Amino acid sequence: MAEQQTVRFIITRQDSPESAPYEEAFDVPYRKNMNVISGLMEIRKNPVTANGEKTTPVQWDMNCLEEVCGACSMVINGTARQSCAALVDELEQPIRLEPMSTFPVVRDLIIDRERMFDALKQVKAWIPIDGTHDLGPGPRMPEKKRQWAYELSKCMTCGVCLEACPNVNDKSDFIGPAAISQARLFNSHPTGEMNKSERLEGLMEDGGIEGCGNAQNCVQVCPKGIPLTTSIAAMNRATTIQSFKNFFGSDNAH
Amino acid sequence: MAEHREFFYRRLHSLLGVVPIGIFLIQHLVVNHFAVYGEESFNKAAAFMHDLPFRILLETFIIFLPILFHAILGVYIVFTAKNNVKRYGFFRNWLFYLQRFTGIVTLIFISWHVWETRVQIGLGNADLDYSLMEGILANPVMFWFYIIGVISTVFHFSNGLWGFLVSWGFAQSPRSQKIVTYGTLVVFLAVSYIGVRSLIRFAYGV
Repeated sequence: MAEQQTVRFIITRQDSPESAPYEEAFDVPYRKNMNVISGLMEIRKNPVTANGEKTTPVQWDMNCLEEVCGACSMVINGTARQSCAALVDELEQPIRLEPMSTFPVVRDLIIDRERMFDALKQVKAWIPIDGTHDLGPGPRMPEKKRQWAYELSKCMTCGVCLEACPNVNDKSDFIGPAAISQARLFNSHPTGEMNKSERLEGLMEDGGIEGCGNAQNCVQVCPKGIPLTTSIAAMNRATTIQSFKNFFGSDNAH
Repeated sequence: MAEHREFFYRRLHSLLGVVPIGIFLIQHLVVNHFAVYGEESFNKAAAFMHDLPFRILLETFIIFLPILFHAILGVYIVFTAKNNVKRYGFFRNWLFYLQRFTGIVTLIFISWHVWETRVQIGLGNADLDYSLMEGILANPVMFWFYIIGVISTVFHFSNGLWGFLVSWGFAQSPRSQKIVTYGTLVVFLAVSYIGVRSLIRFAYGV
């Protein structure tokens, strides 16, 4: 069998946030072990479509190139994933690239993930330790707990779970799986635990955890293998208990 | 609570589907099953339910109001989802889609069923007895409409029971959620049998 010469990419493009999307096809010289990003880099070097027409280079977002930053998420052959980890040899051809539809498109394959960062603010996904004097060392964390919390900490806000979720769309204001799991991460930290009710309150706000419909696509598609549905169920229990405390409790010290 | 209205309504929606609506569903189908033991047996059971003290209050607070709330919020939930089973054909995603689909089928079925039975009895156009259901289900179209309606309702209840246990945080670990899936499958098969068996009796007398 003759060696493969080119790889065809069919890319959904969009010139600006408001303009209409359109498709363009590109034939890229094949190299062994190439990934989707290296294909996009070839297109950038020589932005000529498969019909031989000169066009603008395709824009996309990337950073680490080793599946830890979350910037290069896109829909590849119908499934949202990281383009740096998508190897051409493992993909069906032609390779179709689209921006993730859950997020506003900035240009071509670049999307705006700001809603995910807003979600992290809503659940206060950090540990407040800044003060005017040295607070000393915090409580220690059991090793067993650290090990599973580490799995949750792998979240890179890539947005793949939101893209796969049927309840994250423009008709609902559901916060999405990522931030719910982050609330669980910071609530399990010995110092973060001191502010756990604040994060649970964030999850109980409108558009919070109650938007989850348990379709459980998120846990299937997460590139980091984070147990998102376990996190959601754990936060379901925690918010249930918090709501009982809020209503039946005797003071506001929880 | 005031500031967490959506959270409260969604948790209430989930709870009402099981208590009281799910419990009522099982009770309803079990009482129907008296039909299998004969016309007289069914009439006796139906008369007992009909003559319960405070029946109007029981109906209003255990049946009508909870179902109305569950249905209205449920339709809203159906329309805020953007189903993607074609792209993400996972088992749970299919059940998510079917939960919404059977919710609408069940709403149509129950509306028709209540109109045809409870409302007509209330208006004095029909009597609550074996022959009422026999007359409705003698028509093969209505028989199949009822079969689809009952199975859809029971599916929605069984899968909703799984959803309730997860949404309230009872079943957290993947293993417990899987075992609950099998448990609710058994509930689906058992309750469907009870419902369908009575329908067959009404329609074909066997």
